[in-house]
Amino acid sequence: MSNVIHIEEEENELLAKVEEISGETVTLCEQCGICTTSCPMAEEMDFTPAGIMHAVKLGDKNVLDSKAIWICASCFTCTVRCPRGIDLAKVTEALRQIHLRKNKDHVNLEEVKEEEQEENLPPIALVSALRKFTG
Amino acid sequence: MTRIGVYVCHCGGNISDVVDVEEVAQFASRLPDVVVVRSISHMCSESGQKAIIDDIREYKLDRVVVAACSPQFQGSTFEKALIKAGLNPKMVEMANIREQSAWPHYDIPDKATEKAKVLTAMAVEKIRKTKPVEREAMKIGKNTLVIGGGIAGIQASLDLANAGFNVYLVEEKPSIGGHMAQLSRTFPTEDCASCILAPKMADVADHPNIHLLTYTEILEITGSIGNFKVKLRQKPRYVDADKCTACGECEKVCPVSVPDEFNLGMTARKAIYLPSPTAVPHAHVIDEDACLGIVPLRCGECAKACEANAINYDDTPKYINLDIDTIIVATGFEIFDARKKPQYGYGRFQNVITALELERLIVESAEGHFIRPIGKDIAFIQCVGSRDKQVGNLYCSRICCMYATKLASLLKRADPSRDVYVFYTDLRAYGKGFEEYYRRAQELGVKFIRGRPGELQEDPETKKVIVRVEDTLTRKIIEKKFDLVVLSVGLVPSKGTLKIAEMLKLPRTSDGFLKEAHPKFRPVDTPIEGIFIAGTAQGPKDIPDTVAQASAAAARAMALMNKGEFELSPIKAIVYEDKCDGCGECIDACPVDAIKLNGKASINAAICKGCGSCISSCPRDAIDLKIFSDEEIMAEIESALKDKKENERRIIVFADDMCTYTLADGVGTAKMGYPANAFIIRVPSSSRVTPKMILKAFELGADGVFLGECEEAVSPFPSTLKVIKENVEKARIALKEAGIEPERIQYSPFVTVMFPKFVNLIKKLNEIASKEIPEEKRRKLHVLEVIE
Amino acid sequence: MKLPYYPGCTLKKNAKNFEISAMAAAKHLGIELIELPRWNCCGAVSSLTSDDVMHHVAAIRNLVRVQQMNDDGILENEYRLIVLCSMCFNVLKRSNMLVTSNASMLNTINSFMDTEPDYEGTVEVKHFLEILRDEIGFERLKNAVRNPLKGLKISPYYGCTLLRPKEIGIDDAESPSIMENLIEALGGDVADNPYKSLCCGSYHTVGNAEVVAQRTYKIIEGARRNGADVIITSCPLCAFNLDNRQALTEKLYPGFKRMPILYFTQLMALAFGYEKEAGFDGNFINPIPLLEEKGLIGMKVQK
Repeated sequence: MSNVIHIEEEENELLAKVEEISGETVTLCEQCGICTTSCPMAEEMDFTPAGIMHAVKLGDKNVLDSKAIWICASCFTCTVRCPRGIDLAKVTEALRQIHLRKNKDHVNLEEVKEEEQEENLPPIALVSALRKFTG
Repeated sequence: MTRIGVYVCHCGGNISDVVDVEEVAQFASRLPDVVVVRSISHMCSESGQKAIIDDIREYKLDRVVVAACSPQFQGSTFEKALIKAGLNPKMVEMANIREQSAWPHYDIPDKATEKAKVLTAMAVEKIRKTKPVEREAMKIGKNTLVIGGGIAGIQASLDLANAGFNVYLVEEKPSIGGHMAQLSRTFPTEDCASCILAPKMADVADHPNIHLLTYTEILEITGSIGNFKVKLRQKPRYVDADKCTACGECEKVCPVSVPDEFNLGMTARKAIYLPSPTAVPHAHVIDEDACLGIVPLRCGECAKACEANAINYDDTPKYINLDIDTIIVATGFEIFDARKKPQYGYGRFQNVITALELERLIVESAEGHFIRPIGKDIAFIQCVGSRDKQVGNLYCSRICCMYATKLASLLKRADPSRDVYVFYTDLRAYGKGFEEYYRRAQELGVKFIRGRPGELQEDPETKKVIVRVEDTLTRKIIEKKFDLVVLSVGLVPSKGTLKIAEMLKLPRTSDGFLKEAHPKFRPVDTPIEGIFIAGTAQGPKDIPDTVAQASAAAARAMALMNKGEFELSPIKAIVYEDKCDGCGECIDACPVDAIKLNGKASINAAICKGCGSCISSCPRDAIDLKIFSDEEIMAEIESALKDKKENERRIIVFADDMCTYTLADGVGTAKMGYPANAFIIRVPSSSRVTPKMILKAFELGADGVFLGECEEAVSPFPSTLKVIKENVEKARIALKEAGIEPERIQYSPFVTVMFPKFVNLIKKLNEIASKEIPEEKRRKLHVLEVIE
Repeated sequence: MKLPYYPGCTLKKNAKNFEISAMAAAKHLGIELIELPRWNCCGAVSSLTSDDVMHHVAAIRNLVRVQQMNDDGILENEYRLIVLCSMCFNVLKRSNMLVTSNASMLNTINSFMDTEPDYEGTVEVKHFLEILRDEIGFERLKNAVRNPLKGLKISPYYGCTLLRPKEIGIDDAESPSIMENLIEALGGDVADNPYKSLCCGSYHTVGNAEVVAQRTYKIIEGARRNGADVIITSCPLCAFNLDNRQALTEKLYPGFKRMPILYFTQLMALAFGYEKEAGFDGNFINPIPLLEEKGLIGMKVQK
């Protein structure tokens, strides 16, 4: 991966799309990193929450292929701490939606079915997982 | 019959390259009462002014119109010329044909010339109605009330007192000194704070012109500049400050211990105590809430121990009344309550403290008093309570970056084996010597890491504090245990600031601090004449800025008081007593409480700001402004709409002087075009434009009316936008009734840099106004009453 | 006091003991929880996008039921909808907030629901804990206790959806106290937990159970360090993750010791003297030995 990002016109499309779907102003982010250290999942992420915000601002589309946006479980800890008042949970939701709206699911339903029978999963787990991982 | 001279300026081509100045001059010569017309290359030059002065003498002119640039630019030049010629300075009017015609319409010279003619006619018609305004002055004495005894209040008091003015310095605590007295050293010079402050405090105590009133609260302030009535209550000290030698024997026998507020509760003091080692007055005081009992006396040990016989259990509150001419508000700040960020554990974790507590620890340990260990691994967390929407404080507290740099440096220098981290978001080292000081801290080995921790955890065994933070420059999460975490807490307005703001009706900005009259040009004035602000009551700032502001406030107060009288701005509301029936509607309409009812409304000229908000509230047209009078503005409206051709559309734009007029000048200077059929009428505030005026404009041929006003944050007048909104609503209802689209009236707040917004709104209105209004509908307006 | 009540799917399957214990506790306090007729799944999580109206329909349809209960005379001017499940509470309250502040969105949903009566924005979504705090009051609740939970060290676990985002949360997002107050009122001891509002991993339990088990470890150990015997929660998904996933936690962290996870209503039922209704046989980690050891069950309690 090159460490040069060439910023062209089309890079702004990602920012515009995310801002449109989320209703949040991503450019407000001042990169303080409070979201990252508030995030219970940050250690599992390839893009930290602050990194996600920065990638969207720059139009770095790699963020769309990141694990991080799927690891986020919308716990809203970043949202209640962001000093700029950005609802980051909405930003990651927008990134997931960009993916899901292309008719690409993030979960294999067959596997889930098996698991459900084995583990006696509660309906609430299944419904929420399917809502978050399928279009 | 008046005698008017009209002078058309070429502005060295700035105007004459676009506008046909000779045609304008020809046109002006046919206007009523015009006796002489000249077109001159540079009106503002000495020869231009001389032409005016000579003509005034030769042609016995009593009024002058200069068709040139903006009155905000050269207005005072021509006022001075009139004074030289022996005329009242208000008898000159400028037609702004440069910023409002030649420049914005440079690409359509024919229209620019036509507009210049109309602007000149408007000025002539206005000046015909202008009445000379006599200079009004009020007597003023030399007594200043300084509220707050921190460094701001101390500096202002000393400056005033040294210049021979009488100062009453009121402080609610038992000693002056404020927060500065608590600090270790000052950045970036690292002077010992109390060492440089103590001599100033002593000067205050000794100064013959300063009446120091400590332990004193303000009960009430009424009146206005030159005539403030102040009521004070001085709490009983129970110790005669003149007799007390501060020997401390009383403390030794006092049985009551309570937290010492000077050390932020980290140490204890007795119920009888010396407020601080450098306290002024340098005397003990009995804390009556902590004392076992004074009335009835339950202990009495301190009196027995006092050799100086200074203790007086019979002390009572003193009520003091003062007559004051000017006031300086220096009520300071409080630190942000770190408990409002529970995720940082302040108050729960024993090793999380505030920066102010660290200041005290450093001072006390330098004096050999051990309060608590500081440790080896120390972290500073920046922006606690500042720049944080979650606690409602969007502002930067300005001093935390540097005080943290200072404290980190002091700790590191005292023990180089310490590992000191500063976790910041943006490091702001903007002041003189600050960047160099930041560099020195880095040389010392202080580690500045860019990241803001989300929460802190306490190690249950060691009680060390675990900081987890993203190093946003490497995107790695850092975790480290610290012996001590210091919260760099921000500044918030003090309770005293809030109380005085309410008492004096001083406006505050959205950050909660006191609002200055103008953020650039009147930074220590308040919108209320004779009241000034200094120090952190106005907003977070460091000591040099506070001192500079305090001296500035003192100088502003002196400038008002020095001459023994002060001139009132001629822009004031007046009441026509024959029309006033004393209904009192105007009293609520006045945002500064300048109107009183004594049978009829009467206006306190010292308080009135001349915004004109009261005018539209009067059901009997009994209120007017002395300058920018109803008659003058109506003359401008009429003349702006005169000779309107068929198929022509005209828009009247009322522009408040402070923001919209300046903005329109800026738009013109930037050569940004806007519809050339928009004619700007300058008003002190668009709130003085009554619904009747707006409707009259439509009746006379206006196709659209726009009202521009300062945004609340920069406006010199409080709450005018509300009045404008109401007036516009009323006028719109009347338009609707006459069958005219109510959207033909628009209004908007502005600041002076909103160029595109101004242009777009005028263009939009021009589109709305493009449809013809049938004459019969306009005539309907004539008979319509404005609906109240 | 009759209040309309929304159970949600999981309280009819995995979390039956949550519902039964809550009913018993409520009844003891003079509250009759009346289940909404024809309720449907709320969707479990909210859509967080600004352009998605569709996914709020399910939630709003449930609120219409509250209106209907009033229209049908089942309720008398009672528009507070009580929810036990934290996730359902969060979803219903968010959808309600969105439509009551956005008239065009409400219009769209109302016309989509076609023959369903229009939602009028009158319902207030309340968590059962809020009723305990604001309506009953912890003082009254304390007086209703017949079997104080003496000597039981209880650690509250809030999770996410009870507290965040701020406009939905029922308590201070950073330092909540409602469950602590409840524990004290029931006569138990509060064991704090620095991770009491740390996300448990939520729906990652489907497909990524390990991530959940790691959080479970952190949360349970956080409580244990503060002396906890047991953790209480109000979210059936958190309960599943903290309770059932301990089997996996055990595998990942050798030496890990199990800790019972209970719904707060189970302890209420116990404290009010309804041991059977508390449903302790429904939990994955059996709490009965612990409760016996503390002398809280197996004793005759006067009814």
